[in-house]
Amino acid sequence: MVQYTTTRLDASFAALSDATRRGVLEQLGRSDASITDLADKFHMTLTGMKKHIGVLEQAGLVTTKKLGRVRTCKLGPRQLAEETAWIEAYRQLWASRFDKLDEVVEELKQKKMADGPKNRK
Amino acid sequence: MKNLTTAERKSERELVVTRTFNGPAHIVFEAWTRPDLFKRWWVPKSSGLTLLSCEMDVRTGGTYRLVFDHASLEQPMAFFGRYIEVTPPSRLVWTNDEGGENGVVTTVTFEERGSETFVVLHDLYPSKDALDKAIASESTGGFTEQFEQLDELLVTMGG
Repeated sequence: MVQYTTTRLDASFAALSDATRRGVLEQLGRSDASITDLADKFHMTLTGMKKHIGVLEQAGLVTTKKLGRVRTCKLGPRQLAEETAWIEAYRQLWASRFDKLDEVVEELKQKKMADGPKNRK
Repeated sequence: MKNLTTAERKSERELVVTRTFNGPAHIVFEAWTRPDLFKRWWVPKSSGLTLLSCEMDVRTGGTYRLVFDHASLEQPMAFFGRYIEVTPPSRLVWTNDEGGENGVVTTVTFEERGSETFVVLHDLYPSKDALDKAIASESTGGFTEQFEQLDELLVTMGG
């Protein structure tokens, strides 16, 4: 069971836990589409697709607009993709720092062992 | 063997990084608080940055100042702040004052688990807006590429 919480990131990840919804986002990344187009493309009923779009919309990944009788969907403000890429870069920075820190820790450990407990400061 | 580094946005204002080190807390703490040791690991080689100077007065109320240089910079860039709390070997809290009012407060905790130390680094932004802006300011294009990264992330999160 997906546990819904109020934070946006959780909503986004929940929305992305479904393969159809990820497919819809990729499709919308290429061009805007109506719900009918999307339902056809993914071999779904209109109602089924409406539900998926609703979830994506709530997560801020998709926005929709009604033009006459057709509801057009397009990508939302793309916050999640930006956020994910940024956090990954941030993680990488720390990962590379910490890999280096490992070496320092290892060296200190060896040194203290060699010095013996008496000489420990 | 390398341990896994994780990073997450925990809330609207917080980022959290975790990592386990194969050594006791007092050693990891020492590597973090002795300038000669700190200098050896803080700047990743790939960043192309050079740490020109590193002054650290590591005690509650003390200050630090790091000066970096990079080929793309017209002049060296300083990072500085205050240590709000220094509790060896378990806790370090400092401010990042170079950003003015939008400074982040960083808390690092060192938790000894047997012969290992579990480190949690916590960056607290002054507001949701400040963190959103930090993210937006360095955002890169390429939706597809980002989706691939997201897929990888989802895998590491257990789907």
